[in-house]
Amino acid sequence: MIDKDQTISEEELHAYVDGELPAERRGVIESWLTAHPEDAAKVAAWRAQADLIRARYGAVGSDQPPQRFNLARLARRRRAGLAAAAAAAVVAAFVAGGVVGWMARGAEAASPSDLDRFTADALEAYRLYVVEVRHPVEVPGDQRPHLVEWLSKRLGSPLRAPELERMGLKLVGGRLLPGPTGASAFFMYEGPSGERFTLYCGHTSDQETALRYTTGNQNAAYYWVDRNLAYVLSGPAERAKLHDIAQAAYDQIDTRTPPRGG
Amino acid sequence: MSEFRQRIEAAIPALRRYARALTRDAETADDIVQDTLVRALRSEHLFHGGDMRAWLYTILTNLNRNRLRSLSRRPTLTSINDNDAATTGPDTGSRDISRALDDLAEDQRAALLLVVLEGLTYREVAEVQGVPIGTVMSRLARARMQIKAYLDGERPALRRVK
Repeated sequence: MIDKDQTISEEELHAYVDGELPAERRGVIESWLTAHPEDAAKVAAWRAQADLIRARYGAVGSDQPPQRFNLARLARRRRAGLAAAAAAAVVAAFVAGGVVGWMARGAEAASPSDLDRFTADALEAYRLYVVEVRHPVEVPGDQRPHLVEWLSKRLGSPLRAPELERMGLKLVGGRLLPGPTGASAFFMYEGPSGERFTLYCGHTSDQETALRYTTGNQNAAYYWVDRNLAYVLSGPAERAKLHDIAQAAYDQIDTRTPPRGG
Repeated sequence: MSEFRQRIEAAIPALRRYARALTRDAETADDIVQDTLVRALRSEHLFHGGDMRAWLYTILTNLNRNRLRSLSRRPTLTSINDNDAATTGPDTGSRDISRALDDLAEDQRAALLLVVLEGLTYREVAEVQGVPIGTVMSRLARARMQIKAYLDGERPALRRVK
């Protein structure tokens, strides 16, 4: 029997509309609604809202799903994305290591952004290509004039592949790479016992700097900027040797333009 | 195709419907659905049977919440042509229901749509939203009260700034 004094909560009315009540309770509510028109009006209004929503959106998505939802394709893209993310994480870890080494030197003048980006890209390219036996470069070092002309054209600035024979290094060759600011040039040198060094170069808006040293786990780099071009010389983490090579390259590039009145 | 993928695929129409009602914008909705699918494929190891649709609604609801959170940090650009209203046929008041939904707080809108449009139980909605059932019920009650006020022609309070 329904207790006449019992009131039905609004919560229970919602539950009634949404089919959340057990059968015996539904009967109680229905009797209540007959006797309470204002509650019956509420219930009717809520049902009407639901009908409007279903009328408006019920048919959405019932057509053929577009190709972008093809699961096999999404799964493939996901794997590619993960690979890229893993590579990015490696670079990030590398840069973090480099930045710590860099800050330990107490240097502050250079813009950290381009320095970080160039150094990270350069070291990544270094690690990627120095292990290559058969195809470390696109254009071999015995075509030096062609290589330099090609890369200069692609970067839109006259470049020079420093001559490091004096340091016992011969030019293996070079390639074009994507860099933080567009095209980057990449030269590779090799010493008598097979150790390799690379020079990476691209445009920057950073101010000129002298040599900046950055070190990662196994490798290290010197970074500098000369006439809107950023250079990163990378090699095994043997600082004195790397410094000498970077200094030699720096000196040659610095006197790239003919001396005035020379 | 694996059973897991088949079950995801079967849920795509429902996800698109829910996302559309949740965002009231076809492109945004399909973007979220795509993100949901990618996330689900990546999380296969986290799915331990049970209701696939409820699991996918959970992912979608969370992604949409993240989207709104990042949107709220930027100025909102609203198209002058309400692209959702334009796709309706004869104006039978359905434009009003989408406007009414616009004015709801996100969690209230999601709760209402999951119940009314997607047919989830209160318990399932509570799981999707990660709140107690009582919270779901009060979201539902507030949503219905506000929509009723809107449809009854009361001037809505100042439009909520999203």
